[in-house]
Order: sequence, then structure tokens, then C-alpha cells
Amino acid sequence: MATLTLNNVKKSFGKTDVIHGVSIDVQDGEFIVIVGPSGCGKSTLLRMVAGLETITDGEVQIGGRRVNEEEPMARDIAMVFQNYALYPHMSVFDNMAYGLKIAKVPRSEIEERVAQAAKLLQLEPYLQRKPRELSGGQRQRVAMGRAIVRKPAVFLFDEPLSNLDAKLRVQMRLEIRALQRELGVTALYVTHDQVEAMTMADRMIVMNGGIADQIGKPLEVYANPATEFVAGFIGSPPTNFMTGALLGRSAETKIGVRPEHITISDADRLKARVTYCEALGAETLVHLMVADGSKITVRQDASLPLPEEGTEVGLTWADADEMNFDATGKRI
Amino acid sequence: MEKRVTFKGIWLPLLLVLPQILITAIFFFYPAGQAIWQSLFIPDPFGLSMQWVGLGNFEYLLSDRYYRASFVTTAVFSILVTVVSMGVALYLAILADRLIKGSGTYRTLLIWPYAVAPAVAGVLWLFMFNTRVGVVTWYLGLLGYDWNHVLNEGEAMGLVVVASAWGRISYNFLFFLAGLQAIPKSVIEAAAIDGAHFWTRFRTIVWPLLSPTTFFLLVVNIIYAFFETFGVIHTITSGGPQQATTILVYKVYSDGFVGQDLGSSAAQSVILLFIVSILTVVQFKFIERRVHY
Ligand SMILES: Nc1ncnc2c1ncn2[C@@H]1O[C@H](COP(=O)(O)OP(=O)(O)OP(=O)(O)O)[C@@H](O)[C@H]1O
Ligand SMILES: [Mg+2]
Repeated sequence: MATLTLNNVKKSFGKTDVIHGVSIDVQDGEFIVIVGPSGCGKSTLLRMVAGLETITDGEVQIGGRRVNEEEPMARDIAMVFQNYALYPHMSVFDNMAYGLKIAKVPRSEIEERVAQAAKLLQLEPYLQRKPRELSGGQRQRVAMGRAIVRKPAVFLFDEPLSNLDAKLRVQMRLEIRALQRELGVTALYVTHDQVEAMTMADRMIVMNGGIADQIGKPLEVYANPATEFVAGFIGSPPTNFMTGALLGRSAETKIGVRPEHITISDADRLKARVTYCEALGAETLVHLMVADGSKITVRQDASLPLPEEGTEVGLTWADADEMNFDATGKRI
Repeated sequence: MEKRVTFKGIWLPLLLVLPQILITAIFFFYPAGQAIWQSLFIPDPFGLSMQWVGLGNFEYLLSDRYYRASFVTTAVFSILVTVVSMGVALYLAILADRLIKGSGTYRTLLIWPYAVAPAVAGVLWLFMFNTRVGVVTWYLGLLGYDWNHVLNEGEAMGLVVVASAWGRISYNFLFFLAGLQAIPKSVIEAAAIDGAHFWTRFRTIVWPLLSPTTFFLLVVNIIYAFFETFGVIHTITSGGPQQATTILVYKVYSDGFVGQDLGSSAAQSVILLFIVSILTVVQFKFIERRVHY
């Protein structure tokens, strides 16, 4: 249990800059999700905290102590890898006990701690099995178990759920969160799935090409995206973007409106042609095309009438729901 | 999914494997059969007739002090060649595995010795260590060490071991490197986070995961040391001094072709045949079972 501080952390591989300076103060016990598209540097950032990559510039502190130069084992962290990285030749018990054995924890205590973790993760029947004899979900739990038995100050997760099927993913998402709350351990969790980020995070870091575009509580970020990228990345279906020219404003600006904020009506701000409708049960997604060829999605309640495909309709929204971005993508 | 072609009838498949069967028959079964047959006879001094002695040749061999000494020599030689070539290869493979840049060049250079025929390798080392004109001998002389593998049994053994092991390092290196690179990097990283330093990681993670490769190489190298080092020994020491480097295979040659004792030589071949069969069985039995994960 500890605080974690990143202070303008940068990373370059040779001449390529991958992380351009990320800063955050993570509170004790906070669950931080790093989210962003593939290749934006999430794993690299996490691996710098773990000590698996050198830190090119800036500072990482764990519990107020600078750890830049420390080996991974000295940092008091535990990491869950995307492919779980279990030791294939060891039983589940030995996988979990490995770190404790190296730390020369007495045998009786090792057994107790592993038993405790196994109970928590419902792994008790599998302790003598090898990883290859487990299902994906069970392996995932072993990887979690290996992390928790060591009682680290910080948990690091690198897309731990991306190899699981959709249903298991939802379940494990809740379990991980519950576990982390129970243990009260500070956590840094990497994912490219914005739903995971929204549902799990106390605060999230939205990464875009090596830059932390926005750091904040999920609902705040959703309601108030700092950049065009964040507005487009967080939320599903994504925010609709329209050029200023289309709405008769400065050509420099871009206007974003979320699908649920647009209504189809006669009091129109914009004309659009309905391309097709997706009825999802509780709600309907209406896909439209506007004069300049860009696409718009409207999310409406299933009780509202479905517009006919191919017809032209009017779209409207409240001024307060408009998000304006300048040419560089910054919110105005 | 594996694609399988099924043949109807027996003639076409038979025809297709015929060349391989012929080669095996002519170059392996026929001479092996002949060796077994000859091992039961003693030819007369003029080679005109053969006298049936049953297992006499074997009985004589097993009670022969020199033959038993040759067993010990072979064991020492094989163990040394295997340990040296695998040890050096593993060390180099670990270094190459950690390299990110330039590992291609490194690898290519290390593969070259493999292309050198054993007899040529022997001559190469012989030149370097020649008692009169060898470069290394000369340097050793400067350091006050008098190298003479023609007279010194230990030095002779050392030289043939080094020359034999040298050519094998490339082969072992390639297998070890492939084995090391097959271990997922994240597993090593997980161990590092779990607190294991380099040597602990090697002992508890890398070495066990490498064990199928190691075991395979162990058998292959022993077979090599037993049977394929003839050229090296022949060029460097010719089995001497005082039979100090006469391994079993070399003894077959020197007793049979030099000493013209064909019966004994044939019996020795049969014993070797027996040894190599055992090694092969061991190899197949264990390699399948000893896979760790
Ligand atoms: N060892 C390396 N050498 C050079 N470039 C690297 C190295 N590792 C990562 N990169 C580059 O750094 C960038 C960020 O990589 P990183 O793995 O952190 O992305 P990510 O956000 O985790 O992506 P993903 O969601 O696909 O895992 C990528 O453009 C990648 O090509
Ligand atoms: Mg990644």
C-alpha cells in the first residue's frame, strides 16, 4: 500500500520518442486505468513503473521514494501480464509461492499465504496442477494469485483480461475490482477497452500517441473531454464530429456531439439522410449521412418511432451538449 | 490441421520408400551383417580361410586389458567433449540471447566451424599446437610451458578434446539459442519482478525450461564423440601416445586395418553397434517423456 507518483516521465527507444512526459499523483489504494489505442505507449509506461524498461527522463516514486534506478524486485510491485507469464514447469502452488520462496519466507507462512490467496480466487482444487492443465480464466486467477501473495505496494496489470471471452471478461472485471478494494492496494491497470476503463477506474489516464490527453474520473472525462481524441475514444458509439463549415461557423473549429444528445426532429439544425437503423432492444442506433458525406449516429430510446431508411430528417441538440475543438484538437 | 495423404494398395508406397531402403540395406544392413558374421571367426594369417570361434573374439576382447582401457579412454573423452562443447555453447547462447543489436553477425560467425570437416579441424589444431612449428606451442614456450602432446598423454587428450569440441560448439549453440529464445520474455520478467536475480532465474526458470534441448544435445553429442571424432584423432594423435587417445572407434580401425586382426575388429564393431542402439533407444524414450510443459 503506497502512493505512486509519475513526474514528467519520458521514454525514447533510440531516437523514437514513445512517451512524451506523463505526470500523475496516485493516492494510496486508488485504481488508475491507463487507456488508449494500440501503440500509444500504455505498456511502455507500465513497464517503466515496473522497472522492466529504463526511464529516459523524469521520475517515478513509489511510497514517496524515487525508484528510477531500482531493479524490479526492489520496487515492491507485482505485475499481471497479458499472457499471464506463468512458470510452465511449476504447479499452481509453486507459481504462487515462487516469489515468497526467493524472499526466504518460512515454509509455514508460504503455505498459509498461498492457501489464503487460493481460497480468495477459488483456486483450491487446482493447486497441484500445471498451468497447461488450466482454462484461460483459471490461469488468469493464478497470475492474480501470484501477484497478491507477495502483498506488494502497487499492482500493475497489462491488459489482463484481453485473452478471455466476453462474458468471463465482465465477471473478472468485477472480481479484480472487488479484490483490489478488499486488499486496499494501489493499482495501475492498462487496457485498450474503454468500457473496462469506464467501469473499473477511480481515475483514468487517456493516452494518445505517448501523451496523457486527459486524467480524471471516468464520468468527468466522459462528460467533459479535454480533446477531440478523448471525445472520440471514450463513449460507445463514439462522439459525432462535424466541421465548422457544415454548421456555418469558423472552418477552424470542429463540433462534437454525443449520439445520445442528438434528437431527430423537425426543428432542425442540420439535415441528414437515414442510412440504416439498428434496433438493439432498449435503444436504437440511427445511422445518418450529412451533406458533406460525414456520418452521424443518433442513439434514441426504443419507444421513439423509427425513421424510414433513405428519408431525409432534421437533427437537433442543446447548445450545452456541444463540444468545440480547435484545429489542434484542443477543447475550446 | 495436418494433411494426410492416404495411399491405396502397397506397391506405390513401397516404391516410394525403396531408394531409402536400398541405401540403408547396402550401406548399413549389409556391412553390419557382415561385421556380425566376421566377429564369429578368426581368419588365418594369409586370409585364405576362416576358423569358427563362436563368441571367442568377444571373450578375448573383454578380458583384454587394452580394450578395457580403451573403454575408459572413450568415456573420459566423450564426457569431456560433451561437457566442453555444450558448456561453451550454452555460455555463448546466453550472451547472444541478451544481445539485441549485432546478434545476427555473431551467430553467423559462430556457425562457421560447423562447416569444417573433422579431419580438417584436426589438421588445423595440429598446426597450431605442432610441437616444433605451432603458434600456440611457441607462445606457451615463451610463457615457460613446454607443450608436447606427442609425448604427454594428458596434453594429447586435451588437444583432441578441444579440437573435437570446437566443431560441435556451433551446432550446440544454435540449439541452445533457439531453446532460449523459445522461452517467453514475460516469464523471465515475471521472475525478475518476483525477486529472482540473474543466476536464480537461470537455475529455477531457464534451465528447467531448457532441459528438453539439453537432453537432446547430450545424447547427440555423446554419439558424436563416440563415432564421429575419428578424423580428429587420426590426424592429431593417431591414438597415441601409448594408446592414450585410442577411443573405441579408433581401436576398430587400428586393430583391423593396421593390426590386421579382422575378427577382433569385427567383434569391436558389433559392440559399438550395441552401444549406439542403446543410446538411440534412450534418446527416443526420454526425449518424448522429459518435455516439461
Ligand atoms: N523495445 C522497443 N523498441 C522500439 N520501439 C518500441 C519498443 N517497445 C515498444 N516500442 C514502440 O513504442 C510504442 C508504444 O508501445 P507499447 O507497447 O507501449 O504500446 P501499447 O499502448 O501497449 O499498445 P498495445 O495496446 O498494442 O499493447 C509503439 O509504437 C512501439 O512500436
Ligand atoms: Mg501493450
